[in-house]
Amino acid sequence: MQDLFMITDSVALSALLWAALAITVMFLGRDSARRSIATLTRMLHNALRIAAHGLRRAELHLESRNREVLLATGREAKERIVSREFERITATVARDLGRYPETQRTLTEIIQRIDEDHQNTADVPPEVPGWSKAVKAVADAADRADPSVREVLEAIHASLDRAQARSLASYRQASRQRHKLLSAMMPRWRHIQGTLKRMENAVSSILERSRSIDRHMDEYRDILAGTDRAVQTLSTSALVQFTVSALVIAVAVGGAVINFSLIARPMAEMVGGTSYIGTFRTADIAALVIILVEMSMGLFLMESLRITRLFPVISALPDRTRVYMCVFTLVILTILASVEAGLAYMREILLQDELATASLLRGDGAPAITGEALWITTAAQMGMGFILPFALTFVAIPLETFIQTLRHVLGMLAIVLLRLANVALRILGNLIRQTGVLVQHLYDVAIFAPLWVAERLGARRAVSRREAAA
Amino acid sequence: MKTPVLLGLALLLTACGGPPTSHATGVYMLLDTSGTYTEEIEKAQQIINFTLSRLEPGDSFAVARIDTGSFSERDIVAKATFDERPSAANVQKRQFQTRIDEFVRTVRPSGYTDISGGLLQALEYLDEKAPRRRTIFIFSDLKEDLQEGYVRDFQLAFTGVDVVALNVTKLRSDNMDPREYLERLASWRQRVEQGGGRWRVINDLDRLEALFQG
Repeated sequence: MQDLFMITDSVALSALLWAALAITVMFLGRDSARRSIATLTRMLHNALRIAAHGLRRAELHLESRNREVLLATGREAKERIVSREFERITATVARDLGRYPETQRTLTEIIQRIDEDHQNTADVPPEVPGWSKAVKAVADAADRADPSVREVLEAIHASLDRAQARSLASYRQASRQRHKLLSAMMPRWRHIQGTLKRMENAVSSILERSRSIDRHMDEYRDILAGTDRAVQTLSTSALVQFTVSALVIAVAVGGAVINFSLIARPMAEMVGGTSYIGTFRTADIAALVIILVEMSMGLFLMESLRITRLFPVISALPDRTRVYMCVFTLVILTILASVEAGLAYMREILLQDELATASLLRGDGAPAITGEALWITTAAQMGMGFILPFALTFVAIPLETFIQTLRHVLGMLAIVLLRLANVALRILGNLIRQTGVLVQHLYDVAIFAPLWVAERLGARRAVSRREAAA
Repeated sequence: MKTPVLLGLALLLTACGGPPTSHATGVYMLLDTSGTYTEEIEKAQQIINFTLSRLEPGDSFAVARIDTGSFSERDIVAKATFDERPSAANVQKRQFQTRIDEFVRTVRPSGYTDISGGLLQALEYLDEKAPRRRTIFIFSDLKEDLQEGYVRDFQLAFTGVDVVALNVTKLRSDNMDPREYLERLASWRQRVEQGGGRWRVINDLDRLEALFQG
């Protein structure tokens, strides 16, 4: 093979001859080679540019779709909020203002009674006897020393004293009555005050709610108009909600794992510890199924209560059916929670049994299974077994948020990836185009000698042609 | 829409309807009761207890003595296939231990040492139980001493079986010529590996964890 390249006996001379041959061939095929390089690089550049353009279009399409999804989700959320606010206002109106005519009548009656009582409490001074002036005239006219006059006067004096005492007693009686009436007015005043306070609270609440509705309606209008501000707000909110719901779900998964460990061991007593489905123990699968059924029941409960709206079919059910569904799921949840509590108790017994056996096998002697503080762990395990299913019920709320925001987050990620790919393709395309130019220049460098000669010859030929023309 | 549902059902049926595969472990332990090796029997008791503590519901365990003619069910001291319920398995383990305690108290030295017969019996037992993982422990000095008339020079099939020699003590003659000891070990290794099995020796009984490794 090596001999094939040896034109002469000398390696250097052969190499030189081959180089000269190559340079000559390259010089002769210079135009074709340059065109080929330019065509190839242009073709690659165009292909990459078209691919980048396609990615850009996909990105724009995805962005538009993501925007639509975001606005639709935001619109739905706002509708729910506004609807809920209206429900609250309706409840307030029905509770407090719905009985307004009755309240008004009560207030009128109370005010009327107060007015009557007030009139009854008017102070009437005791009457002065009408004949006192006649007595004064008799006393002035007659001789005071006259025994008969004195007797008359004393009789009059005694009569006056008695009359005064009666008047005083009567006046006191009237005053007592007035005070009693005034005392009776206090609770009525308080009643009026309480009623007016309730009315004020109700009106304040409605005003507050209406302000809140106004705010939500402004945002709702922005969403309907599809403004950039609304999209930006919804996007930020979606990201925050996604992060928070993911964290809460992670916590719930931790709870589910603890729940699983509570019931997996005793489940082997029920379904056997030796059977397998695939590579998984049947007992583990059974424990997992129980937990998943509990979570499903929790989900249905939340749906029935209209706290979440993952299943429109459940939300659209008649109220009576939803109540039945609520009760049904709650009963199943309670039964499953009780089963879990029982399994947790069984787990403790099994654990103690295994510890006793292990201790016996180690030669420590069988320890007492019962301990003074043992009931604490048993009770704690049972409590956890009972409570965790109910706690896991609430995972439906972050799950709904997670699912709703996941679409947007995935869309955003896809947009970012498409954008990066677009930029990468454009950079690569430009790189290839510039590389083509570089290769052309390097090609010229390789054949610089014949090029220089050709240029000189060309220049001389041009000078000769100009001289001939002159 | 129908395709994913059908695929899911097919997967489920494949998982449920496949042939039941055993995940159990089968352990057969041979105890050498010949001559002075009987004195080592308490160490064997520790190993048995450790093994019991490691076995799970559904596993099988048998302990048999090595005597003049070990290819016999009568040499099985205790055997059990543990119940699939953990609580019942614990009760079985305690009963097993009681039987071993009784054996240790009443064991008598045997005249000859038929290790090959014991291994054949162990293989039969494990074949019958068909566990996924098969292990034979040989608690012996591995010095076979057959009575006249007993034929044991044939190949044993150890396919898929772990054979673990435990507490292989050195004899007085080994001390004089250690090659005997090494040749004895090499001979058993060769026999097991030629039969398709895996051979291990564990003399340090402080690290019993290694029994179920590998």
